[in-house]
Amino acid sequence: MSKLLEVKDLRVSFNTYNGEVQAVRGVNFELNKGETLAIVGESGSGKSVTTSALMGLLPKPQAMIKTGEILFEGQDIVKKSNKEMQKIRGKDISMVFQDPMSSLNPTMKVGNQIMEGLIKHQHMNRTDAKKKALELLDQVGIPHPDVRLHQYPHQFSGGMRQRVVIAIALACNPKILIADEPTTALDVTIQAQILELMKEIQRESDSAIVFITHDLGVVANVADRVAVMYAGKIIETGTVDDIFYNAKHPYTWGLLGSMPTPDSDDEELFAIPGSPPDMSNPPKGDAFAPRNKFALEIDTVMEPPMFKVSDTHYAATWLLHEDAPKIEPPDSVKKRMQGFARTRGDK
Amino acid sequence: MEQKKLLEVKNLKKHFKVGRNKIVKAVDDVSFDIYEGETFGLVGESGSGKSTTGRTIIRLYDATDGQVLFNGENVHGKKSKQELLKFNRNMQMIFQDPSSSLNPRMTVLDIIAEGLDTHHLVKDKAERKARVEELLEVVGLNKSHANRFPHEFSGGQRQRIGIARALAVEPSFIIADEPISALDVSIQAQVVNLLKKLQKDRGLTYLFIAHDLSMVKYISDRIGIMYLGHLVEVADSDEIFNNPLHPYTKSLLSAIPLPDPEYERTRKRISYDPTVHDTSEEPKLREIGPRHWVRCTSKELEQYKIELDK
Repeated sequence: MSKLLEVKDLRVSFNTYNGEVQAVRGVNFELNKGETLAIVGESGSGKSVTTSALMGLLPKPQAMIKTGEILFEGQDIVKKSNKEMQKIRGKDISMVFQDPMSSLNPTMKVGNQIMEGLIKHQHMNRTDAKKKALELLDQVGIPHPDVRLHQYPHQFSGGMRQRVVIAIALACNPKILIADEPTTALDVTIQAQILELMKEIQRESDSAIVFITHDLGVVANVADRVAVMYAGKIIETGTVDDIFYNAKHPYTWGLLGSMPTPDSDDEELFAIPGSPPDMSNPPKGDAFAPRNKFALEIDTVMEPPMFKVSDTHYAATWLLHEDAPKIEPPDSVKKRMQGFARTRGDK
Repeated sequence: MEQKKLLEVKNLKKHFKVGRNKIVKAVDDVSFDIYEGETFGLVGESGSGKSTTGRTIIRLYDATDGQVLFNGENVHGKKSKQELLKFNRNMQMIFQDPSSSLNPRMTVLDIIAEGLDTHHLVKDKAERKARVEELLEVVGLNKSHANRFPHEFSGGQRQRIGIARALAVEPSFIIADEPISALDVSIQAQVVNLLKKLQKDRGLTYLFIAHDLSMVKYISDRIGIMYLGHLVEVADSDEIFNNPLHPYTKSLLSAIPLPDPEYERTRKRISYDPTVHDTSEEPKLREIGPRHWVRCTSKELEQYKIELDK
């Protein structure tokens, strides 16, 4: 597998009136060609800030990258100027945003919005760009592309708009596609279509996808590898099977336990108590400790390092230390990890 | 077991006029009953009319046609002030977006006590404060939160304030319109656990409106599926998941991703094709098995029955 992107010890802070907010506190991960990495976490866990950093889209001057490297094909993106980033953005790395309503220009015809990148990055002339735009609209499953090309975003439904956004993102055959909650604003049936579309495109173009979401169902559907973020850090990472069937971090247990399964009607959901910490004043030790009923004494003093579970699976919790007491996940979570009973209609 | 019907919705219609000659039939001929002490889940895509149904039931909209009977009394139509007060006290609502449904210029104390004042449920200031503090504790907040403003709270906490406000007048029936959609996953579980606990402690009846089917399945006793203003299938929640009959229900169920990679690798999505329906007569909601209703024509009913027997 070839490494496409490598993020090393990324730290991002925002300067606000309340002082420094540490949104991302030392994130490490890598992305290989053709794979899908899902980043999961609550709002405020730093997942969107991480990807904004990848795109060079952090708001300046409030946000600053304090340390860290983002190596894209061996080159450090952090050190690049805005002009240099413009050449990468939309060409090598492109992005699909959550809300298709606000990420399209309402005063521009859809066709022109797709052609913009082609003309700029691939130096196509208008005729060729138009031909390619038609192909793209067809590829993302929009019927009558020749008519649709000349329409404005408001003439499209939510699902169709998101398809247009994906067409724009795919226009220059990016090596990395970053999708920031691309289906959160859509209905389940439309969501299923968009996810299928993204997987199909990935199979054809072999691009890598970074998929940000908080919906674990979606993660199970699209991801090859998963990184769970909490309070600006990746606290557990592994293959999708590692995370869903053999989770080690209590926070991941909590996320899994808080989703109902088709046959969990009577038991109480295993909710994570409390709310996420204030990142302008991050707690000492393990940030999750105050909400963690399995917290050990050391959690309040020292931050846990990443412990290795297997070659693909790492988790940052003191529970994995050899001196820690053996703690089993709660029964309801264990049941989920053993696989879900399929009580669906399509038995 | 004979259960008492708390709410009966009969042929409810809500049409909106759009432009000069266009009418949007947001809710078109919807009928269902809600029994005392149960949770009825209403599911559908955006635009299916589920929220409009909830809002029409509680009189936020005037119904175009049809009846809503609450405890046997008609909800709509002309009412005296006393009658309205009595009705409002029994039926309350929890809204989707906890930040826009709380007045930013009122303290939590005043927000929760507003209902108490309207219905003259407290004698003096001390009792008012004590009552609010008690409610705050019921929903898992602190007494000291009473003097704060909504912006000082997180989304999950704001939703708890919304729930406390609904509980203040001791209603028997609560309409929860997507109460958890705007919250984070871990907070969703907290709020759902709270709603379930309140139901057990106080014998509340819920109409739970949402688009997240797995959460609805978890909280509801019975589920109604809406599509384009019509109720297409109503049944006990296990029945809906085990024996979905209407093609739209099947497609909706097959579209939900579950947090189980193994299942996801094999999941096949069924898409809904509205042209499969028999058009020889106007479809209507027909009972196909005990407590299981499907919107269909008489021909389709026979088909579904064969399917159900298999």
